[in-house]
Amino acid sequence: MTWLPVHPVRATARAVAVAGCVALVAVLGACSGSKTPAVPYVAPQGVSEKEIVFGTHQPLTGPAAAGYSKIAAATKAYFDYVNAKGGVHGRKIIYRIEDDGYNPANTQTVVRKLVEQDKVFAILNGLGTPTHSAVLSYLKDAEIPDLFVSSGSPAWNQPGKYPGTFAFQPDYTTEAKVVGHYLKTASAFAGQKICSFAQDDDYGASYLTGLETGLGTPVTARATYVTSNPNVAPQVDKLRDAGCDVVVLATIPSFTARFISTAAKLGWRPQYVAAYPAGEYGTVAATLGDEKDLLEGMVGAGFLPAVANVSDPWIKLFTRINQDFNGGVAFDGHVLYGMAVGYLVVQVLQKAGREITVDKLIATLEKGGFRGPGLVPFSYSATSHAGYAGVRLSKVTGGVQDYFGPAYVTDAGSAPVTEYTEATATPPDSGIPSA
Amino acid sequence: MNRILAGTPTIVRRAGWAAVLVLAGVATTFVLPAGRIFPFSQFVVYLGAAAGLTVLMGLSGQLSLGHAAFMAVGGYTMAFTQNALYERGFTVAPPAGGSGRFASAAPPVAALWTLPVSLLAGVVAAVLAGALVGLAAARLRGPYLAGVTLTIGIAVPSVTATFAVLGGEQGFAVQVPRRPSWLAADIATEAQWRAWLALVATAIMLAVLANLSRGPLGRDLRAVRDDEVAAALAGIPVARTRVLAFVVSAASAGLAGGLYVYLTGTVLPGYFSFTTSLFLLLAAVLGGLGSLAGAAWGALFVVAVPIATAELVGALHAGPALAQRLAGNLPLALLGLALIVVTLTARRRPRSPGWRAVRSLGRRGQDGRTPSGSLHPSAEDDRKVGAAP
Amino acid sequence: MQRFGYLTVDGLASGAVYATFALSLVLIWRAGRIVNFAQGAIAVASAYLAWSVTAHTHSYWLGFVAALAGGALLGVVVERGVMRFVPADRPMDAVIVAVGVMLVVQGVLGMLYGADHRPVPAPLPTGVWRVGGVATVSPYQLFVVGAVAVLVAALALLFTRTRLGLRLRAAAFAPEVARLLGVRVARMTTVAWALASAAGALAAMLVLPSGLGLTPTAMDGVFITAFTAAVIGGLDSAVGAVVGGLAVGVVVNYVTGYAGNPNLANLAVLALLVIVLLVRPGGLFSGVAVRRA
Repeated sequence: MTWLPVHPVRATARAVAVAGCVALVAVLGACSGSKTPAVPYVAPQGVSEKEIVFGTHQPLTGPAAAGYSKIAAATKAYFDYVNAKGGVHGRKIIYRIEDDGYNPANTQTVVRKLVEQDKVFAILNGLGTPTHSAVLSYLKDAEIPDLFVSSGSPAWNQPGKYPGTFAFQPDYTTEAKVVGHYLKTASAFAGQKICSFAQDDDYGASYLTGLETGLGTPVTARATYVTSNPNVAPQVDKLRDAGCDVVVLATIPSFTARFISTAAKLGWRPQYVAAYPAGEYGTVAATLGDEKDLLEGMVGAGFLPAVANVSDPWIKLFTRINQDFNGGVAFDGHVLYGMAVGYLVVQVLQKAGREITVDKLIATLEKGGFRGPGLVPFSYSATSHAGYAGVRLSKVTGGVQDYFGPAYVTDAGSAPVTEYTEATATPPDSGIPSA
Repeated sequence: MNRILAGTPTIVRRAGWAAVLVLAGVATTFVLPAGRIFPFSQFVVYLGAAAGLTVLMGLSGQLSLGHAAFMAVGGYTMAFTQNALYERGFTVAPPAGGSGRFASAAPPVAALWTLPVSLLAGVVAAVLAGALVGLAAARLRGPYLAGVTLTIGIAVPSVTATFAVLGGEQGFAVQVPRRPSWLAADIATEAQWRAWLALVATAIMLAVLANLSRGPLGRDLRAVRDDEVAAALAGIPVARTRVLAFVVSAASAGLAGGLYVYLTGTVLPGYFSFTTSLFLLLAAVLGGLGSLAGAAWGALFVVAVPIATAELVGALHAGPALAQRLAGNLPLALLGLALIVVTLTARRRPRSPGWRAVRSLGRRGQDGRTPSGSLHPSAEDDRKVGAAP
Repeated sequence: MQRFGYLTVDGLASGAVYATFALSLVLIWRAGRIVNFAQGAIAVASAYLAWSVTAHTHSYWLGFVAALAGGALLGVVVERGVMRFVPADRPMDAVIVAVGVMLVVQGVLGMLYGADHRPVPAPLPTGVWRVGGVATVSPYQLFVVGAVAVLVAALALLFTRTRLGLRLRAAAFAPEVARLLGVRVARMTTVAWALASAAGALAAMLVLPSGLGLTPTAMDGVFITAFTAAVIGGLDSAVGAVVGGLAVGVVVNYVTGYAGNPNLANLAVLALLVIVLLVRPGGLFSGVAVRRA
């Protein structure tokens, strides 16, 4: 703008007027308080005045449905309980559950539907390593939070590559390190031959890696299976031939049952050690039917209170919610898992506040400090999106699966296995975490 | 209009139709809601594979119950090629985007030209596989051909799930190119862009198929299908023609496989399972064997019915236990019912050569006919002949 | 060597199941030139029926009989109710309709019973007898082989020694002539379906105790392997079906056992199929000369 030549007096007056205006505005601005003009809150996709929507993909049908199909219903039951008491920050939690039949090709479709059509705020507790791996980069591109993946693959802990993805349960390597450490140090297993029977994918492979790290030596013999072929007799035969004393099972429940049952038919009964996804007592016993006594003495791993421990306050709380909001289905480890996930979600939502955004959600999670039913702490931080940091070991005695010894924590890397002795938190009276 | 069309050479006319179809498809992606674009792209991909299959089964009369195996060959080859090109450094900066926490994770993406290269590699591999299978199948007829193709359809996904180098059951991620930076985010989404590329590639393949089936090769195929001896006497190389049919249909399946990998950015054995083969078979047959346009209807049906039935289930508002039971199973049952009803009530098409060829599956007795004119024994026939009640 | 012996015996036992199922496919093929893709679903529905009957009556054998009877009945229903309406000059339609039936049956079973794998008890001990420390065979495996042998013998007797069998064969081989001679061809087709479905139900009852448990898709793998076995043996040949089934069972077991990788089983079946068909394009026992290119 070119200044037109003006009369000097009028120019001076104008300058004074302008300076006065500027001063006035500055004073007014200062007087309006220390707040800068607030950025209006823009609710992200899936968040509205009254609702916040989550979505999940689960194997409701297919070979992995046994047991796992109960998890999402349990989470939804917990959300229904919270909604009945007013929801979180005035919003009801909606949970859309889609079936992918444990087939990654279907996961592609249903997750896209959840994100693009149902417009969820976040994907929660997607189940399965092969299934969820297929949608990792899609969710990152779509900038949709990917919370508490229901699998122990270490792939969910890559904050640099997938900033919105968070694990929940202890990853297979972490858990297996604890198991390996136990087998190495427990006197009962000194000098015995440790072998593995694992699913032929990342689950089995990463479990074996952790196991051998914890043991300090490779296993004596290993066998694998695929879910499409139920005949495991050749593998059982191979391990028995190798003289295995202990068989570590990195399997899904139906194949845990398969192996144990087939071995018994061949007149062989080694010591069984089952990974967390493999050894949920209720599910495996139901599959074995009359043969469930074969599970006697099986060692397992877990990170939530024992289902059998009916006096535990968390079990009491969740059993009650299960009765009232989940149709009273049989309360087992999967129902407990589902509710623990729901509890953590509500904790995070409470802490993140009413004006929640994707970034705020991630930042809240990375601050960590969430205490709930877990026997070990979470590992969430700016540099780690790993979930529970360890496990406690259990044993089946008289048809009851209960813990023994202390809990242990470690990581998927080179950290040592150490005992964790802090007491578990107690649930709030209302059963709903506060902000 | 007809006079105008009659004057133009066939190849130009075909190219024109292909262009029209692509434009219609692009327009459709703007009309559809966001959640339907991926299923639309799936439909386009299935259409390409089903078109090849309908040529194989309708024109050359050869069965292929495991056609998804060729999609697997094409898809995996495309995936390896794409990743190899990415590793070699043929990349560009990623499109601008990523807000807040997600902005930090933006590595370079593959250059756009790597896509046609990898798709072509997939087609070439599928062509080789098609030649191999065609050669093995040359001596087989009817149910024996069915058995071999069925077993191939099951074995190939098994192979991909077995060997760790192929990624095992969970496959691996593929570094596919993204939407180019000149295509602003508010004009078109990534999903739309991918749908467009799939449309273009499929349209080209369909034009090639149309050309082949109406040209000398198509004539040879029909001749061999209808009467091998006569065709041989007329100088047509029977075995080579039959193998070529497999090659052509494998090429289109291989392209479809590569496109599916592009659409999802991953490759998995589960994409090319026996169920996929079954769906391709259904799409090809429902549209009418030998008909390229029919393949479109069949593919649409196969993609739309599961979605529609799933939404029907959602609208029923059942309790948790019942909903779980209905969830995967009701769509299954309804799809099966739809198949039965559609097949049984399909208008009887005039006795086209295509059907006669497929009938070779079922030579009956001596002349194969019953008094009522059909080949199926019925009580009516028994009464007509005066059999004892 | 002990491993070889065990794998052979185990393979023969599972092969016997494939043989039974392959026989049921051959029966329907001979009767109507249809490959019955719904056979696995019919078989598993029979097994579910047995499960329900056993759950109510606490008797395995009552359930077993119910399975055979129910299977036969279901086969008749499918044939009379659905397959009959497929025009015979469109065998492709028969394949699709059969697939549709399979999906409907599996879907309905899933809705009625849910997706949980139900354990199926075996009627006899499945522990393997050991002779001098060497694993030989289990009572259950003997039962399986015995049951199949009885079935094969019964069918052979039926077809070669009885009037019904004669009528069945006539209806399948030369329907025109048979009709002129007073054979009700349509009814014979239905009988063939009933027999075949009962055989399929038997196969399901025999194989399920050793599998993952009862689910709507439990027989899919058996169908595919048995179909391959039937094709290897030649679809027109009942003897071929039995030999094919046993061979496939044994070969698959060797491959899985020695290679240690269960996925290779499918590849082995494919290889076997291709080799046999390259040498004899009509299957091992095909009587009719098959046209060569």
